Amino acid sequence: MTHITLSARSWQGSGRLADITFRGSSRIAASALVALLILIGVLLFATSRLTWETFGLSFVTGQTWDPVAGVFGALPFLVGTILAASIAVIFAAPIGIFTAIYLSELAPRRLATPLTFMIELLAAIPSVVIGLWGVFILAPFLRLTVEAWIVSVFGWIPFLGGPTYGIGLFSAGVILTIMILPTIVTISREVIQAVPGSQREAMFALGATRWEVIRRAVIPFARSGIIGAVILGLGRALGETMAVTMVIGNKDAIPASLFDQTQTIASKIATSFSEASVGIETSSLIALGLVLLVLTIIMNVVARLLVWRVAEPVGGR
Amino acid sequence: MTTELRPAPSTDRPPVPVMPPAPALAPARPEPEDATTGRIEIEALNVYYGAFRAVRDISMTVKPHAITAIIGPSGCGKSTFLRTLNRMHELIPQTRVEGSVRLDGEDVYDPSVDPVALRRVVGMVFQRPNPFPTMSIYDNVVAGLRLTGRHRAAELDEVMERSLRRAALWDEVKDKLKSSGVSLSGGQQQRLCIARALAVDPEVILMDEPASALDPIATLRIEELMAELRTNYTIVIVTHNMQQASRISDYTAFFTMGPDRSGYLVEMDSTVQIFTNPKQQLTEDYVSGRFG
Amino acid sequence: MAGATQAIGAGRLTGTRAASRRTRTDQLMRSVAALAAIACVVPLAAVLVFVTLNGISALNVDLLTKASRAQGIGGGAFAAILGTVQMVGLATIIAVPFGVLAGVYVNEFASRRSGRAIRFAADVLVGVPSILIGVFVFTFLVLPFKQYNAFAGSVALAVIMLPVIMRTTEEILKLVPVSLREASLALGIPTWRTVLSVVLRTGLPGILTGIMLAVARAAGETAPLLFTALGSQLVNVGGFNKPMDALPLFIYVNARQPFELQNQQAWGAAFLLLLFVLVVNILVRTRTAGRRAQ
Repeated sequence: MTHITLSARSWQGSGRLADITFRGSSRIAASALVALLILIGVLLFATSRLTWETFGLSFVTGQTWDPVAGVFGALPFLVGTILAASIAVIFAAPIGIFTAIYLSELAPRRLATPLTFMIELLAAIPSVVIGLWGVFILAPFLRLTVEAWIVSVFGWIPFLGGPTYGIGLFSAGVILTIMILPTIVTISREVIQAVPGSQREAMFALGATRWEVIRRAVIPFARSGIIGAVILGLGRALGETMAVTMVIGNKDAIPASLFDQTQTIASKIATSFSEASVGIETSSLIALGLVLLVLTIIMNVVARLLVWRVAEPVGGR
Repeated sequence: MTTELRPAPSTDRPPVPVMPPAPALAPARPEPEDATTGRIEIEALNVYYGAFRAVRDISMTVKPHAITAIIGPSGCGKSTFLRTLNRMHELIPQTRVEGSVRLDGEDVYDPSVDPVALRRVVGMVFQRPNPFPTMSIYDNVVAGLRLTGRHRAAELDEVMERSLRRAALWDEVKDKLKSSGVSLSGGQQQRLCIARALAVDPEVILMDEPASALDPIATLRIEELMAELRTNYTIVIVTHNMQQASRISDYTAFFTMGPDRSGYLVEMDSTVQIFTNPKQQLTEDYVSGRFG
Repeated sequence: MAGATQAIGAGRLTGTRAASRRTRTDQLMRSVAALAAIACVVPLAAVLVFVTLNGISALNVDLLTKASRAQGIGGGAFAAILGTVQMVGLATIIAVPFGVLAGVYVNEFASRRSGRAIRFAADVLVGVPSILIGVFVFTFLVLPFKQYNAFAGSVALAVIMLPVIMRTTEEILKLVPVSLREASLALGIPTWRTVLSVVLRTGLPGILTGIMLAVARAAGETAPLLFTALGSQLVNVGGFNKPMDALPLFIYVNARQPFELQNQQAWGAAFLLLLFVLVVNILVRTRTAGRRAQ
């Protein structure tokens, strides 16, 4: 840490005031960041208080959202959010983890570098652009191929049958998968590369194939970090707005099937907020936001704690 | 006690003590009769990292059921050479080997040889103990067995206990087999790694400075252990600790670095010879401490 | 006795049937991993291809210079482009001083504990869904005035950029050697000057890189603008107290229209936006990689 050096030397007379000002203003800036975080929570709570006072915690379990009747319940959106995010994690976790394994353990350097680059680029594509592509290209494609196939093979299972529109929960799940893959891949790759070479050596020396080394020495060592990566991906999936809004169908109801149209918290806020009447409706939308905020912050904190544990290894660097 | 070194032609000189007589030097043991397994013959071995030759023209024989020590200054390719004996150097990309290494007559670099199978027969212990931290002591020892699909608890238990006994660790850990592999002291961890290597029943055990990260007492225990192990296994140990080599090994090979920065074998002989009557001037200089 | 349980002779080193099963598993899993990597890259390729194909065909002078979005009649993204430039510009002006100073504080002045806390707060802030940032800014910059305005939009974008810039600055400053600071201080240069003229200047390329990435990110954000700047059909230059359009908003609105022409315009705008974002990212990353390789 360089701060010891700096604070001990500032005894130049004329520079003293400037130093204090500089230090002070940088401190303000840093505190502003922390304050911002707190402020977000506080403001969202304050402006949604009406809803909490009216419905209490049953807001979270309420099944009806009817501005006309003045009844607001978050459950359909909570369910939609969790379902869409779960689909995304179920697909993205194995693909992402295997990709991370490939990039850090198996691929030759000449291949790994451009591939990693491309996956990072995927993360940079704006959500609305992916949403546009999702609406006009991906959703119709899914309807004709994957969704049709699932229904034909598994349609007898209640949740997996029913009409397929393309636009709906499943497409939202797939689009979320695409969007959280870079997160999972990047962080998993980091934690896998942090596994000490001596662990791999030990397993190789026992007479193990490369896959066995990965499976028995590398992955167990990196396990908590990989879980952290997946949870971070989950957190991102929970909060993703634009792409989901454009392909999920925006129906305020718990989905009747995997292909039904539904709504997430983020998409509900996105579609209804600007037309909402100030008062209980706006307050309830903000309350929805607060629920989402709590969810994502919890995911984020848990995930980062897990990742830090592997990235800063046992016994120090 | 000072000893004088008389420069003399290397082919014809009276025995000159090069260091104070070390009572720990035992005469070389005769080659055991049932030595059918664990003999390594190295011929004209060269190791390249890319275009750079790291090890030059090694030809030597590792006698079975004996301890062969490889000594020499740092950076002269001792570890690199050791790793070519179980093809561990292949983990580093762009590494290449020329020449032959024969284990009991079989060329280990033959295209039909599976390095995975080779490493079961030729095991390795590393400089820093590296037990698997996510596994218990029990799981660490049987890790190699599980690779070959042996899962029956009875068999695993038996091999585990036998290996831990052979590694002189059983009494210390028998009550805490389920605790993590890294919960032991450094010396114990290294013995755990040795037990782990023993569990797969190798013929040869390669040790790359196994005690250099340990305190003197733990080092001594490892050395005692190695002396016991040699009755059943061939041991090749790389060490920069000359006294250790003279204490425990039957044969010693002295490596050094040539002008082209590649390592080469200067001399190999029984330990007694190397330390009391080496044939090469370079060897004599090294073991008498003339240069680092 | 060692070796007694091994088959002696040929086959000992060449493997057994069990060993070949392990080899097959090894090869299978390697293929699975490679397939997974391909599966990651395919969506990227698909998005790039379709946005480019559809977007380029929609590119025309109108798109870039007209503003009105009367349904089915034509128009363009001029207002949106101007809006993005203005709002992202203002957001950058707001976020950079705060972000850089905060990064300076964490790396130069903060104690270990508070540094970690601030870093943690920044990471959590990055994870807050951008739509909630929009709602947050709405509550104190739109609601009290009952007026959607572009200033609120800029503030929302600034909040999104802030932690990114802070973290980048902090990481870059960490790389500046301590000896540089000590040399400067030993010459009698006061702390504030040391940090500004020596440390920051050394780290400037990296910090600029971080700012560029943050700008690219802000340019692509839609959700925070939905209830702050709201979007507009009119060209708005300098009117930060009124609604303003932005490229992402333009794309969103036109994508949802039932008219073919509007959808075309959405593709065109998406292509422009994507081009901008990708160019910035590629430039930044190749430059960082090149610098790292030195």
